[in-house]
Amino acid sequence: MQGLEKLMLEKANALLQSGEVDRVIGWKKGESYYDVSPATFTKDNLEGFVYNCFCGANLSKYLVAESKKEGKMLVFLKPCDTYSFNQLLSEHRIEKEKFYVVGVGCNGHLDMNKVYAQGVEGILSMSEDENNLIVETVYGQKIVEKESALLIKCLTCKSKEFAVADETLVVGEMKPANPNRFEEVEKLESMTEAERYAFWKEQLSKCIRCNACRNACPACTCINCVFDNNASGISAKANADEFEEKLFHIIRAYHVAGRCTDCGECSRVCPQNIPLHLINRKVIKDINENYGDYQAGAEVNARNPLVNYTKADVEAKEVVEGGNK
Amino acid sequence: MKKISLANLNELYSAISANYPLYLPVERAGEVNYGYYEEGAKVRLDVLKTVKSPKDCFFPQTEDLMKFKVEGQKIEIIDVREHAKPFVVMGVRACDFKAFDVLDRVFLVDPLDTYYQTKREAGIVITHACGKVEESCFCKTFGIDPVNPLGDVTVWTDSENLYWRANTEKGEALTKELGDLLVEYQGNAVEEQQAKVNEIYAKLPLASLTTESFKNGDMMELFNSDKWQKLSEACLGCGTCTFVCPTCQCFDIREFVTNSGVTRFRCWDSCMFNDFTKTAGGQPRTTQMQRYRQRFMHKLVYFPQNNEGAYSCVGCGRCVKKCPQGLNIVKVIKEFGGKQDA
Ligand code: SF4
Ligand code: SF4
Ligand code: SF4
Ligand code: SF4
Ligand code: SF4
Repeated sequence: MQGLEKLMLEKANALLQSGEVDRVIGWKKGESYYDVSPATFTKDNLEGFVYNCFCGANLSKYLVAESKKEGKMLVFLKPCDTYSFNQLLSEHRIEKEKFYVVGVGCNGHLDMNKVYAQGVEGILSMSEDENNLIVETVYGQKIVEKESALLIKCLTCKSKEFAVADETLVVGEMKPANPNRFEEVEKLESMTEAERYAFWKEQLSKCIRCNACRNACPACTCINCVFDNNASGISAKANADEFEEKLFHIIRAYHVAGRCTDCGECSRVCPQNIPLHLINRKVIKDINENYGDYQAGAEVNARNPLVNYTKADVEAKEVVEGGNK
Repeated sequence: MKKISLANLNELYSAISANYPLYLPVERAGEVNYGYYEEGAKVRLDVLKTVKSPKDCFFPQTEDLMKFKVEGQKIEIIDVREHAKPFVVMGVRACDFKAFDVLDRVFLVDPLDTYYQTKREAGIVITHACGKVEESCFCKTFGIDPVNPLGDVTVWTDSENLYWRANTEKGEALTKELGDLLVEYQGNAVEEQQAKVNEIYAKLPLASLTTESFKNGDMMELFNSDKWQKLSEACLGCGTCTFVCPTCQCFDIREFVTNSGVTRFRCWDSCMFNDFTKTAGGQPRTTQMQRYRQRFMHKLVYFPQNNEGAYSCVGCGRCVKKCPQGLNIVKVIKEFGGKQDA
């Protein structure tokens, strides 16, 4: 990763110096190796720029605000993030002219929860090589295989293609995407209705309505969400009962249907580790099966099958009967 | 001091829950939060930081305040307050216990919050001393002793036993009810563990964190600092940090309206939400920077100024662990100079 970080920093410096871009969005060092935050940088201030295995956040959502500012911005996007970028372009949330997109090669990013789960405690410092995370703790050194601590979204990576990029920075070869990212959805489909209901009821009962999933989601770009709008009559700040626990998520899933790129950000940010991506991925799978394969964000201005009528479209009746196992 | 073998903990839980609702850290769908004990519950006393703190037991995320029954022109007000039934909350860490003090300073002063008060008086608190520390812990920055919390009862656990010490009359009474389940103990397992934990705490990165710079800091100078812009720039305005925080105390009052009546309830609110300060007269905080600044100024400046210097952060480190973008109070403290030279 250090190799890639160096290339990115050089690229940022060069583009800032030449005046091609005015600002850069990337990640900034924090209190520790894994404590990194999205951040913007300018010509005289690239201090703290970092890129390592914990830079899993999808930067696309920030671009909605950045696009409104003067000048041009260099943005580093992982393959998955490029789909979000295109989707935002298609929805006229951002303007391409405002960004210089550099695609960065990716072999997956890590989830600190999975590092902790391996009994790693009392962390003093960390470093990484190609396959391992080397952790110094008060109890001695611990080696964690990166493969064992990948974010869910990286385990089920949909593609290593860059859907958009003015140029790319790739060091070595990227490991291929997961050819069967629908496996977990199939598992849910094979459950009985009662089992599936119980599964989601238990998962969603943990939801604290922090809205992190919504606020991080690049498809959730409404200026005033219906759930924050007092005038909507359904504005809700809490899950007052079991019904509301589900309502928020079902509405959100429907609202991003056909627009969700499966970037996995919702599951990454959830403090209760609710597998939200499975709701959205189920919708994606259904769209693929009923209307033909479609990947949101693969192309700019593609027609979302849910708003595009073709004669080959499945009849609603078949979908309902087919879904009622 | 008394003790019980870890192997018999389920008997202890059963015995307590036979007389009281027992609220303690349980694992559900992979995450550990406080919940009620029931047969077969996966109790996780070992976990330091439950996702949500135990504050729900006194200040639940949603709580009905009153109901209105509407019949034609007649409105009847129904009091829904439950009257003090004693309950036990077990496993409270020193930081979370100190957070109850912070909440008391808000809810138990004039005008008294009777909803909170009723629960607070009914609660029997069993604290759990920390047998380990995490690198996100910084309780000692706020003068909290992680290995010796108070409460009605304090327990310590090592790999074999749970050690039990009653601290108050309520605690003594509970101990008596448990009878032979707890046996006398006179060894020094607790002291040994305390020494070890203190030694490890001193080695961790946040051991030297201090809030000194906020004590003498000028409020307006801190408020107007240009550091807030950079500190907050990645903030999503979600409520994660406030909802996992044991001391955050803001709530909203809402109504649920049906044909036959109205339920008025309160629910946690978050200063990070964009409609938090919205009123009929307008919106004084229009940017996320202002909201972010509010959260930390409240914890580190406004609250202490109104409460004889008591901070409203207890260093539990939940916001450090849970912010999806790696923003947290530690970064704020350090940015304003809060680190002692080693
Ligand atoms: S719903 Fe989740 S996976 Fe889909 S675009 Fe939003 S954050 Fe990404
Ligand atoms: S991020 Fe998780 S806990 Fe927060 S609102 Fe979304 S599902 Fe609920
Ligand atoms: S600081 Fe972090 S957890 Fe808090 S509102 Fe901002 S993004 Fe969410
Ligand atoms: S501000 Fe953060 S560290 Fe402080 S009490 Fe709240 S959650 Fe814990
Ligand atoms: S902050 Fe202190 S009291 Fe709280 S869990 Fe950590 S060590 Fe224990």
